[in-house]
This record gives sequence, C-alpha cells and structure tokens, in this order.
Amino acid sequence: MVGIVGYGAYIPRNRIKVEEIAKVWGADAPSYKRGLQLREKSVPSPDQDTITMSVEATKNALKRAGIDPKDIGAVYIGSESHPYAVKPSGTVLAEAIGATPDCHCADYEFACKAGSEGMFVAMSLVKAGEMKYALGIGADTSQGAPGDALEYSASAGAAAFIFGKQNVLAECLYTHSWMTDTPDFWRREHQFYPSHGGRFTGEPAYFRTIMGCAKALLEKSKMKPEDFAYAVFHQPNGKFPMTVGKRIGFKTEQMEQGWLCPTLGNTYSGASPIGLTSILDVAKPGDLIFMVSYGSGAGSDGFIFKATDRLPGVQNRAVHTRAMLDSERRKYLDYGTYTKFRGKIKLRGE
Amino acid sequence: MSAPKYWREMAQRYRFEAAKCKKCGKVLFPPRLACPACKSREFENTRINDKGTIETYTIVRIPPSQFTDEAPYPVAIVNMGDNIRILCQVADCEPEELKIGMPVRLEFRKIQQEGKSGILAYGYKCVPE
Repeated sequence: MVGIVGYGAYIPRNRIKVEEIAKVWGADAPSYKRGLQLREKSVPSPDQDTITMSVEATKNALKRAGIDPKDIGAVYIGSESHPYAVKPSGTVLAEAIGATPDCHCADYEFACKAGSEGMFVAMSLVKAGEMKYALGIGADTSQGAPGDALEYSASAGAAAFIFGKQNVLAECLYTHSWMTDTPDFWRREHQFYPSHGGRFTGEPAYFRTIMGCAKALLEKSKMKPEDFAYAVFHQPNGKFPMTVGKRIGFKTEQMEQGWLCPTLGNTYSGASPIGLTSILDVAKPGDLIFMVSYGSGAGSDGFIFKATDRLPGVQNRAVHTRAMLDSERRKYLDYGTYTKFRGKIKLRGE
Repeated sequence: MSAPKYWREMAQRYRFEAAKCKKCGKVLFPPRLACPACKSREFENTRINDKGTIETYTIVRIPPSQFTDEAPYPVAIVNMGDNIRILCQVADCEPEELKIGMPVRLEFRKIQQEGKSGILAYGYKCVPE
C-alpha cells in the first residue's frame, strides 16, 4: 500500500476583501463577488514566501507522520513563485526540516498544477521502491496585475504531503494525468505579472482539461461520482470548481469541505492540495476522495485516495486547515498596506 | 549578511540546533567552543524548544533599509527554557498586542535580503502562540 503518511497546510494570517480592491479600481464589488464567488483572499507578509510557507506546511505534515526527516529521500516543491530564478527552493526546505544531505531535490513549475506534479512524482518514487518516504508540496504567493481580474483572487498558501508505504493515512488507489498545449495563461521571462486569455481560460482550458482528466480517472478506476465522500478540484475562483464538479456528476455536499476559495482565494499550486488537506482533516476510514488539479498551459493530475483506519488518530496532531482559514487572528489589510506587502510600490533607488 | 556567514549559521537559524555540554549538561545556543560553566569542550547536538515566552521587547519604528516594508515591528528577547534566551523579531503581532510573559512559538520566515540581487536569508521569528 502506498499513500499519504503525513499532510499539513499553511495559510498566512493577512486577508484583503474584494470590496477593498474594487473601490481602488472603480469596479463593482458585488458583481465581482457574485461572478467569482469570492469574498476575500489571503496575503503573505513581506517576510513570507513559497519557501517559508512550505517549511511550515511540512512541519505540520511531519507532526502527523511521526517519522525521522532523515528518511525522506526526495523533496519536490511545485510553485510558480519560487523566490529565486536560479537556486532551488527545495534545498532550503530540506535543510530546515533536517532531510539533508542524502536527498533528491527538484523545483517544479507547471502554472497551478506544479504542486500535484510534485505529489505525483513523490508518490511514484515511493511506489517504485526507490526510497522510503518522499515529500511533494504545492505552494504559491502569486501576483495579479493591479486592477486585473486576477488581483481579486491571487493569494498565498502551501500544502505538504509525505508519501510512504508504512502507516499510510490515505492510500493512493489510482492516478491519471491529462494535458495538451493550450496557451490560456502565461508569464514571459522577466515579466512581473502573468498574462491570460480572458474567457479563453474557461471552456477550452480549465473545463476541457479537468473533465478530460476526471473522466479518464473514473474510467480507469471503474468508479462513479456517487462512490466518493469528497471531491476537490483546482479553484481559480469560487465558481469554476463547483461548476466543473457538477458537470462531472458530483454534488455540492461532496465538494464543500475542500472548497476554500471563497475566503482563501486562488493559491495557485497550493489550491487543490490545500483543499485536500481540509478533507483529510475530517475524512473517516474508508472514505474515497477524488482530486483533480489544473495548471494552465494546460494539464491536470488526478488522484483517488482512500482514507485508512490510521487517519483519525493523527488529524489533531497539527492545526486543521479550516482553523487557519477562519482564525480569529486574521488581519484585514487596506489596499495601500497590501501593495506594500506585495512589493508593488517602487521605492527610491529601485 | 554574506553567503558564507549565513551558511555557517544555518543549523541554528533553520533548525534551532544547540550544543549540550557532555560534562555539566548546560545547553548553549548558539553553540560555543567551550562550556562557560565547566570549560569542557565536548558537546552533543540538541534542539531548543520552538515555544517560549517574551521576557522583554521594543518596537522598531525607524528601521534599517532592508526592513522598511515591515516597520513598525517588534523585536523581543524570548525565554526558550533551559536558561536560553534569544533575540528575534516578533511577526504577525501588532505592537499594542505585545505583553511581557506572552507565549510565542518560532516560525520559519525570511529574515532579510541582500538588496535586489543578493541572497535571501531565512531563519526564525516568533509569532503569538
């Protein structure tokens, strides 16, 4: 049996509301909230980035796994906001958790599915018997250009998953990856903000890709949507994941636990992985979980997990994802502070 | 902070590694060559707690250039137990929330960056527990 032996998430405490962004740009907040099904989003502090959030998410995963970090044979961080252009994020993480030096490391990029790529490779290496444990992480502190629709959703967060064969919390039963060359969203070298194809990001990109992957995964597993206790999809806004899930055949009740976007925003590479951590926080033994990520460009990674008897015993060893999301310590920023925190203001000498 | 200096301090800044004197048991953070209590030079590796309490603090309102986007920010001396006190920034905390005796835990954060092209230095800050 191969699967998740430890999982954890991290969400920064800062938030900004849709109304606060809309008032600066003269936009109609109620129509954005209705159209995107989004109320607020998380914002990293100036001292937080993909690396710091990955470390904190991994610490939570280690608390649940109860393993020696030295036994982790691979560290893969998927993100489109790695702090360095040249120098791995994973080396800092591995050093911080004590997994160096006997460890393989790579940073992944594939828009918003870089995290599930890391999970897939980590799981596959363990399954192949190459190592005892491997770590896959999805994390991002992505940016939307000021005034662009993306600015309302681009947020920050991380999820970490340790894969192994012993003391499994959620067995990985099936996986499937589906991808085509679909230029719906991109960022050229040296550009600060990404560009996107507007409505082209919807039907021919997000919906076609996720549905292609989901249908292939259901066929491969010979399962039906009603077999699953939970389902989670990539969530660039609140509307898309619910729409695609219903098209595939899932009901709202199956998707609500992992549907964090309305108050978290789009954490890019962290989006469906953080949703999965929220599901694992409450899943019961035997529950089946359906997950399909999405990365522009475009592709999806699909997973079917089955919760084991061990899961309930470790759920409370670390903070629950929804507790971080709904924390009383949330701090709401005004737009000026938000732009300072996100480095959008040019300082003298820059 | 130069890259070699930063690299030498990673065990302490990243993993809170300390030295425990094999002779008298005193825990030193950061490690030293000789134990100030018994002068022994033999140590074993240990880690300090990641939880502590604020002993005293100040608020930095006129920051050095690398910290302009964080001001005003608190800096505190934190008692980590085992007679170990560390000096660090307090993150995720408004100045008016700070109290002596406040429980905190260490969290991994970006400590500073060498301009726009230098290394990024990571390490610990404390956050309210």
